[in-house]
Amino acid sequence: MQQVLGAGPTASVIRPPRLPGRRTLRGSDFRWAIAFVLPYAAVFFVFVVYPFGYALWMAHKPSLYAELIADRSYLPTVVNTLLFAGFGVNVKMFLALLLSGFFMRRRWWIRASLAVFVLPWVIAAAQACVSFHWMLQEQGLVDGLLSALFGIDGPIWFNQRWLALGANIVVYIWKWMPFWTVIFLAGRMRIPRDIYDAAEVDGATGIRRFVHVTFPLLANLYLLCTLLSTLWIVGDFTTVYLVSGGGPAGTTDVLATLGFHYAFDSARPALGVAAVLSALPVLIPIVILLMRRLQTSEVEL
Amino acid sequence: MSVALTLPQPARRRYRLRRSLTEAGSAMLAIVLVIWSLAPVYNMFLIALDPEEGEIEFDGNLWAPEPSLEGFRAVVTQEARYLEDFWHQFGNSLFIGVLSMLLTVVIGSLTSFAVSRMRLSKGSLLTNAALLTYVIPASFLIVPYFRIMHSYGLSNNLWSVIAAQVTFATPFAILILQLYGSLVPFELDDAARVDGASAVQVYWRIYVPLMMPALAVVAIYALLLAWNDYLYAAVLLAVRNMTVAVTQGQLFSDTDAPWNAMMAAAIIYVLPPIALLFALRRYVVASLTLAGVKE
Repeated sequence: MQQVLGAGPTASVIRPPRLPGRRTLRGSDFRWAIAFVLPYAAVFFVFVVYPFGYALWMAHKPSLYAELIADRSYLPTVVNTLLFAGFGVNVKMFLALLLSGFFMRRRWWIRASLAVFVLPWVIAAAQACVSFHWMLQEQGLVDGLLSALFGIDGPIWFNQRWLALGANIVVYIWKWMPFWTVIFLAGRMRIPRDIYDAAEVDGATGIRRFVHVTFPLLANLYLLCTLLSTLWIVGDFTTVYLVSGGGPAGTTDVLATLGFHYAFDSARPALGVAAVLSALPVLIPIVILLMRRLQTSEVEL
Repeated sequence: MSVALTLPQPARRRYRLRRSLTEAGSAMLAIVLVIWSLAPVYNMFLIALDPEEGEIEFDGNLWAPEPSLEGFRAVVTQEARYLEDFWHQFGNSLFIGVLSMLLTVVIGSLTSFAVSRMRLSKGSLLTNAALLTYVIPASFLIVPYFRIMHSYGLSNNLWSVIAAQVTFATPFAILILQLYGSLVPFELDDAARVDGASAVQVYWRIYVPLMMPALAVVAIYALLLAWNDYLYAAVLLAVRNMTVAVTQGQLFSDTDAPWNAMMAAAIIYVLPPIALLFALRRYVVASLTLAGVKE
């Protein structure tokens, strides 16, 4: 499990050997342990299993999916979701990994810029998205900057599908990159210094050190975070809904917002649920991969 | 530095040159990052400080031509249109945020304590199942939630939103607590048990104090999740019961809204999580550097 947060190899050495036969809980201990897990078990069944089952039941009719495929806005939405998730996750993760290395440097002004850098994570998503929306309006801050610096008129950002989609992705990266940067920073801090010292003796510095030392040690963490982040971005509603608003004319909608429009604007709740559930064939393998990854590193625990 | 001293003269000069180039490069990067992070915040102030209420006319302004606190005044006195219930809604946001945070910390820590510290057999089944929550992203479950909350008698009730937040925050909380918990030696628990401490005492006297940094991270995570939420509050709550986050987006189509006041409200809304992060920064830093201390 420790491997997840970075330098795994040292973890198994530190952990005390487990004594066989001490594992079974008896009497009051067992009752306490059950009492401790009970609240979460209740939450899980009442608010996860039941709504999930309910969703499956709502969207079980095959005719709903036929209707989705026939709907002209469905396939572009799937493409948008793939692009939004693909670029959003990978660009964000890679930049976060690089930036975490930058923030490892011991300079007071780098520490200070880290404090500013985590700000987007703390700023409420809806407010930030609305601010971005106004920033990209005609004659907004971005256009103002473009004409002040380069003397060009900016495009009308939300009138063109790819610009609007790009804006959504950039806002998403802005909002969530700090969170993952901090996670990677924690992972890097767990890499023992002597590994780097040894690498330096062997002449590995700069990029070679990153490729041969840092990245292999962080690879497991990087993969886990990418998987988790993929699950989260597919469900991201706020960014698309409040930055481009799905515009122009619904061409930048993703599954989450399309499902919302079906359910609440067109009063077709079952179709809305079917739209979002159509992502399951992609999401389930990701979750299985995530759990297996966690388990293999959990063997040590 | 020590490397430089052992090098011959020209190499040392080259080393110094490279060093100052890296230094200049990272200074540039730091500046770019600060601008990148603060741009939307700056834009919020740009709009909020505009004295004009009603439709905003963008003129490509890079700074507020005649800054005024009129927008903030209108928020505080609740005079602005759409913000008549601002403080009530702010209270709702706070209520949802704080309770989601507390419940997530309590439920998450009890579960991971029982499973990984008390070694409840088959307990890992539950913590693994918790991750299944993310098979369906939160926003995908909004329609069933809407129906189910109604059948639970919780429609237009703040508790329905709290339940949703706790549901989606706890799996991640359990994950973090288990990762961090594996760094805390088991010997302490065992020693306390030998001395006759009960399970509750081990939880309260040993587990919670030692896990403080991770608990702080989980608390911040849960509060931010609730604070960021737009969809659940928008769908599950009626207008007066809404949170501040929702009022912002509701006016998306209405360019005639008092946007200076709206942005002033956004700035006020952004402050509590920053305060929490600042208050807990000691623990956050500790949770990041724990491994370094151990080595």
